[in-house]
Amino acid sequence: MSLVPLSLTAEKNPWSTSLDSIAMHEKTIAQLSAGLAAGEFSSEELTDAFLERVRRYNPQLNAFITLTAETALAQARAADERRQRGEAGPLTGIPIAHKDIFCTEGVRTSCGSRMLDRFISPYNATVVDKLNAAGAVMLGKTNMDEFAMGSSSETSFYGPVCNPWDLDTVPGGSSGGSAAAVAARLAPGATGTDTGGSIRQPAAMCGITGLKPTYGRVSRWGMIAYASSLDQGGPMARTAEDCALLLGAMAGFDPRDSTSVDRPVPDYTAQLDRPLNGLKIGLPKEYFGEGLDGAVAQTVETAMAEYRKLGAETVEISLPNSQLAIPAYYVIAPAECSSNLARFDGVRYGHRCENPKDLLDLYTRSRGEGFGPEVTRRILVGTFALSAGYYDAYYLKAQQIRRLISDDFQRAFEQVDVIAGPTSPTVAFRLGEKVDDPITMYLSDIYTIAVNLAGLPGLSLPVGFVSELPVGLQFIANYFAEDRLLNVAHRYQQVTDWHLRTPLAFA
Amino acid sequence: MEWETVIGLEIHAQLATKSKIFSGASTAYGAEPNTQACAIDLGLPGVLPVLNRDVVRMAAMFGLAIDAEVAHRSVFARKNYFYPDLPKSYQISQYELPVVAKGRLSIDLDDGSSKVIGITRAHLEEDAGKSLHEDFHGQSGIDLNRAGTPLLEIVSEPDLRSAKEAVAYMKKLHQMVVYLGICDGNMQEGSFRCDANVSVRPKGESKLGTRAEIKNLNSFRFVERAIEFEIERQIDLIESGGKVVQETRLYDPDKGETRSMRSKEEANDYRYFPDPDLLPLILDEAFIHAARADLPELPETKKRRFMEAYGLSAYDASVLTTSRALADYYEATVAALGAEPKLCANWVMGDFSAFLNKDNQDIANSPVNAGQLAGLLRRIQDRTISGKIAKEVFEAMWAGEGEADAIIEKRGLRQITDTSAIEKVIDEVIAANPEQLAQYRAGKDKLFGFFVGQVMKLSKGKANPQQVNDLLVEKLKG
Amino acid sequence: MSLGPAEVAKIAYLARLAIRDEDVPAYARNLSAILELVAQMNAADTTGVTPMAHPLDMAQRLRPDTVSEPDQRAAFQAIAPRVEAGLYLVPKVIE
Repeated sequence: MSLVPLSLTAEKNPWSTSLDSIAMHEKTIAQLSAGLAAGEFSSEELTDAFLERVRRYNPQLNAFITLTAETALAQARAADERRQRGEAGPLTGIPIAHKDIFCTEGVRTSCGSRMLDRFISPYNATVVDKLNAAGAVMLGKTNMDEFAMGSSSETSFYGPVCNPWDLDTVPGGSSGGSAAAVAARLAPGATGTDTGGSIRQPAAMCGITGLKPTYGRVSRWGMIAYASSLDQGGPMARTAEDCALLLGAMAGFDPRDSTSVDRPVPDYTAQLDRPLNGLKIGLPKEYFGEGLDGAVAQTVETAMAEYRKLGAETVEISLPNSQLAIPAYYVIAPAECSSNLARFDGVRYGHRCENPKDLLDLYTRSRGEGFGPEVTRRILVGTFALSAGYYDAYYLKAQQIRRLISDDFQRAFEQVDVIAGPTSPTVAFRLGEKVDDPITMYLSDIYTIAVNLAGLPGLSLPVGFVSELPVGLQFIANYFAEDRLLNVAHRYQQVTDWHLRTPLAFA
Repeated sequence: MEWETVIGLEIHAQLATKSKIFSGASTAYGAEPNTQACAIDLGLPGVLPVLNRDVVRMAAMFGLAIDAEVAHRSVFARKNYFYPDLPKSYQISQYELPVVAKGRLSIDLDDGSSKVIGITRAHLEEDAGKSLHEDFHGQSGIDLNRAGTPLLEIVSEPDLRSAKEAVAYMKKLHQMVVYLGICDGNMQEGSFRCDANVSVRPKGESKLGTRAEIKNLNSFRFVERAIEFEIERQIDLIESGGKVVQETRLYDPDKGETRSMRSKEEANDYRYFPDPDLLPLILDEAFIHAARADLPELPETKKRRFMEAYGLSAYDASVLTTSRALADYYEATVAALGAEPKLCANWVMGDFSAFLNKDNQDIANSPVNAGQLAGLLRRIQDRTISGKIAKEVFEAMWAGEGEADAIIEKRGLRQITDTSAIEKVIDEVIAANPEQLAQYRAGKDKLFGFFVGQVMKLSKGKANPQQVNDLLVEKLKG
Repeated sequence: MSLGPAEVAKIAYLARLAIRDEDVPAYARNLSAILELVAQMNAADTTGVTPMAHPLDMAQRLRPDTVSEPDQRAAFQAIAPRVEAGLYLVPKVIE
């Protein structure tokens, strides 16, 4: 791999001005990497600039739970030294933020929960280790829905995250802190996790690019589990190219994760410029039906027209079991979470109630106090779904439906290369609007959930605005075709500038 | 009314691996609390299990040894319940698809017949930690060193009909797992422990009675006593108009009785489901073939071979094959001596085993190895010493005085086989006992023994007993 | 399927979650609504469909039996709510 990443983004993009005149925080990772390589600025300067932005803007956004300024600057200096030695890679010295679901040694890892408010992780997640090894600098830990359960980043113990495009709206969730941080240019890139849409939906609502890789592509070691068979970590950044750079460092086989896939990691930037001539894009009719906001549909259709101009062909397809994805998900995810979160019992780490009178009291009060209402709801649903007499009707049935949904996708990929549709049925909704109505909230993930059930890779990229709020377009590809998704998004980003727009208040 | 007892055993054998079933922490016994509980064993947030290859190999070996089906596909499931010694609040086990199913084991009954006991299944699971109830200001202390230790849970069919059969089965299984080298069999340390399901029914009835489960029996004696107590309790209960309730009971070895564990009786709903952190365990032919190649000669086969190759009785062969170590020791002795397998058998089963027992010693740590024992037996064989003197020599060898030959020389124990020397001693004895000689010659044959004794005594036991016999007969005739 | 307060209490006990009495009706309502949503699954005919537990059709990987984890008790117990003599403390366990 070349040590200096080549980015032609700026030259090719008709809307961009020359690199020098762009403020540091407005640059993409690829541009910042080039700047570091050219010695225009040091990682320390860069890191300092972003830390300053976090200090200045985070109070409005609440995107960060923890800022790690000191270690960030130390990492930045180490990155600068590494560059001096000629050992820098594309991410060396690039500041990023980690979703607070990834364990970071010596740093609070809260998962957005009171349960882990004082949990200082004794070890690093593999994703964190890998990005450290690539020389990336951690600015801090981003806010999120508690234990990644939510679609609005409102269920956090640390308060809701605001959408930089309109502070009265949600940034989406659960990786809302990462999405808002990238959108407001508080970090050039961030990590996220996606169990039912938690990277793609906030990416859409915040107008950035987010990729959920194939299940097994990115290690889950040290990524606090919500629903183990659905969870997958991935990159969030402004451009597909930046996502490619981040994914290249995050992905790879991990012997510590039994579900990690032992398969070489390609250079995700290698295929970015591949022309889209002859690309067959499938548009599932089920993704354009009832429930989809008309203006969002129109925006997606405009994007499809752009793709046709790029040489792609669009065809209508059908994913007949789509409407079953949400019901199946709300059995499988809660069932797994009810078991995954049982370890939080107040004994070895995490919140413990005051003066437990007996063992039962220790358990019920520590857990009752430690978890918020949405987590409690999902644990209860999952406990019920697995309980004696209900297992077959709920869990087994949901797993059968999971198979049907997966089979739908495989049939579709016999006809088309990628599948496209809206990432979310609406643009960002208002803070508090759905917080007391779980069902309405759940429907926000209607187009993203099936991808997790099948384990496929999916990407969301910004394709326009409705009521001054970003609209996301989702692409879905077959297993391990992340490079194709990034290519499809990158080509579009060469001829559009939605991904370069910055919310006015944070410009 | 005549009653029939129905017993099924669930035996937990701790597999003899170096590291845990899902983590790289050590399984060594007796470490300081929580020093062998790694992030995975503690169930820290974000940790994941990866299965230990040797655990699977051992389970496959066990399956093959009991003629069971070793599953090509088995699945790990979570058993969910809250308990302080269970860090994740679920135990990773196998539920619907165990790694081993449908095996059998033949046990020997007291009347000399044998009986085949069905083994329903054997599945892999992780052990829990330990709650220590010493008083820490009214609290219990939790040690998680044992958490994640690999267990093979072996579930029998309800084929056992008495406490004695249950013990015979348990002993046979214990012998098997130790033979296979998959379990150290140490019951004090909990490496091999048993839960017994006991019920009674009127003789001739085909429907099973309500069973009680007796938990955590960690010795053969406790199994026998607990089951006997439980049978009696159930029969008494029914005969006095009561009803057996399905429950978990605990055996109290001090009182010799079982008592109800009501605390465990609350409605348990384990909510089993496939562990999403682990994938299906797929064992291909090559894996099973390799496990088969790892199988040692099993006790039954070895016993038959001992009978055929060494001309041993069924009894001797079965005693010598009780453990692999004893059988190996015996065969090494025979090989070193190169002859007289029966003599070797007598010594290995006799003095050797007696000394081991006396000192509570392992064969591996025995002060006399097989080659050294053969060195002693060679001197019996070539008549350098008698069997009786050999016992004295063996004792000295055991005490660390050296090889048999050195001890024989040092103590001057070499047997007298020179006819004239023996005759000289006989003559002395006859001369010293004229009265007894007269009585003998008058027909009191019993006195022959007296003369033998005197000769042996005078020769300090070194005269060859056969020669003494032969020569005495002649001399006493006069 | 609709759940009443008594059922919610039973499930909460299984999950070892203390729920304030005044919150039980809301949970009962929400849980019932979720189960109603989930009940849409019944519309699908899944006869003969093999359940899918994992997205990828892979087999469990096996690791070599080697001891790789050193003692980290001090680090692990530094984040524990209550420890003494190397043990995690809990209210008395009654057998």
